Amino acid sequence: METGSPRGTGTTGDEAAEPVWTGLPPGLLRMRRLLLVVWLGLIALALGLLLGLLAGPGWAAFALLPLALMAWGWVLLGRNWRSWRYAERADDLLISRGVLWREETVVPYGRMQLVEVTSGPVERHFGLASVQLHTAAAATDATIPGLDPAEAERLRDRLTELGEARSAGL
Amino acid sequence: MTAPGVDDAVRAKEPVTERRLHPITPLRRAWAPVAVLIGWAVHDPDQAQRQLTRLTATTLLIALAVLVPAAALYGFLTWWFTHFAVTESELRIRTGLLFRRTAHIRLERIQAIDVTQPLLARVAGVAKLKLDVIGTDKKDELAFLGEREARALRAELLARAAGFAPETAHEVGEAPAQVLLRTPPLHLAISLVLTGATWGSLAAALVVPPVLWLATHSVWTVLATGVPLLGAAATSSVGRFVGEYDWTVGESPDGLRIDHGLLDRTHETVPPGRVQTVRIVEPLLWRRRGWVRVELDVAGSSNSVLVPVAPREVAEAVVARVLPGVTVPAAAALSRPPRRAGRCVPLWWRGYGLAVTDTVFAARHGLLKRSLALVPHAKVQSVRLAQGPWERLWRLADVHVDTGANKTVTARLRDAQEAAELLRGQSERSRTGRRDARPDRWMAS
Repeated sequence: METGSPRGTGTTGDEAAEPVWTGLPPGLLRMRRLLLVVWLGLIALALGLLLGLLAGPGWAAFALLPLALMAWGWVLLGRNWRSWRYAERADDLLISRGVLWREETVVPYGRMQLVEVTSGPVERHFGLASVQLHTAAAATDATIPGLDPAEAERLRDRLTELGEARSAGL
Repeated sequence: MTAPGVDDAVRAKEPVTERRLHPITPLRRAWAPVAVLIGWAVHDPDQAQRQLTRLTATTLLIALAVLVPAAALYGFLTWWFTHFAVTESELRIRTGLLFRRTAHIRLERIQAIDVTQPLLARVAGVAKLKLDVIGTDKKDELAFLGEREARALRAELLARAAGFAPETAHEVGEAPAQVLLRTPPLHLAISLVLTGATWGSLAAALVVPPVLWLATHSVWTVLATGVPLLGAAATSSVGRFVGEYDWTVGESPDGLRIDHGLLDRTHETVPPGRVQTVRIVEPLLWRRRGWVRVELDVAGSSNSVLVPVAPREVAEAVVARVLPGVTVPAAAALSRPPRRAGRCVPLWWRGYGLAVTDTVFAARHGLLKRSLALVPHAKVQSVRLAQGPWERLWRLADVHVDTGANKTVTARLRDAQEAAELLRGQSERSRTGRRDARPDRWMAS
């Protein structure tokens, strides 16, 4: 990752305080890495066994390919997880994410139409939930994944409350 | 479903007079079975011909005797089961023969109201009332109403939506309109002649069928491609001329009035403060004459043209009325991306431009056909900054501004530092912009 990201230091004096960034809890990273290891491990095993039995032990070296992929994915997931962060400011929510394709979203509380907390079966097993914000614009893609359910609910309630207080029409 | 007691109590509180559509409506619905038959015949011509030869006079008569009353009955029943009512805050439509559907449309959420009159409806003296509401794919429409009734209903709906007292709402009447612009037919014709799409579709319609004939010698292939191509050519030239004929933009306390059409007349009304984005498009061939087209986006609406063709100054004056307090930034006021943007988008980077005034976010794109999009700060739903790896190498970033009409306006390839400041500044500006915005009920103070 390059240093010198423009957003950390570039705030001009209009905002008194720097936004307080919150990262994601480590649970999401753990879940994603576990899934990666399980799936790619299974694939490597199956590939190694198949090739070893059918084509000869030399061919079984191809099973190293998924393992290399696993190592690469391990690092990638870590970087991606580190890049996610959000900040609740007085009037809007900031979400920043992405390593190569970086994206930063600002959603004013008054524009929120709906706040959703979702949690799939795997996520539930790991005790995770994601918060999704919807505005009138479908292009607004504001999701915070992998939050602690309690934190997700706190965020949802706070956002709804702030959204009601600052509600604006279209 | 709520308990019947509760339902009755609610109904008893506000007596709602339900109305029916114009009695001519069944005739329009009666077309449906006939249309199905014609559709089948066109879809499968061989089979249709074989069936036709087998028909004798008696079977034809029997078929007619069954079909016509059935169609009439269908038309009558759908008409009979369609009711609408205007209450204090809602328009209620009850419809459906087998599948009942009740729509309650909140009046202050109405984005635009159109009164359209297709050619046959004009002959019969009836009109269609269309409502644009956010979040509905299908437009709710009342078809048909008497011409005068449609206008009166539109005036009443707008008056109620504007926040007039319910007792006076239907006496307010139609607000007087002041004409801002009227497009002369000659200008319209010249503008269409100077449009590349017109010539492109015409050329395709004239070139492709002969080539296909030489290649295949099959009449059906030539017809199957030639007819749609000719149709496309006709709609893009004659169709547009007929549709945009006598384009009139007016201003009234009810909002913007757009009337147009030679055969089918359309009267659109966009209440104040509903316009999310305005685009000023300048095709290459119009540039010498200084003409532009103005498009607008309203949430939940498909109407997009505000002015089909007008000289730039006139168009800018209209935009200034549509978005109060907005002046269109001059071409010189737009700042280009830094020179290194050429590494990301060669040549076309020169077309990009950005200007942020205290009322609008204006971004231009396009080298040959220039398009300048204006978003009032109060209409911004969210702001996004995006940066890909190649852009990061050249310290560039894109800033997207999302509006409620599901349109995104993008300032591309700005300097990364500038983009970050833009992101912060834009959220700040949108916040203050919203505070000064007009309320949904624009007449209520």
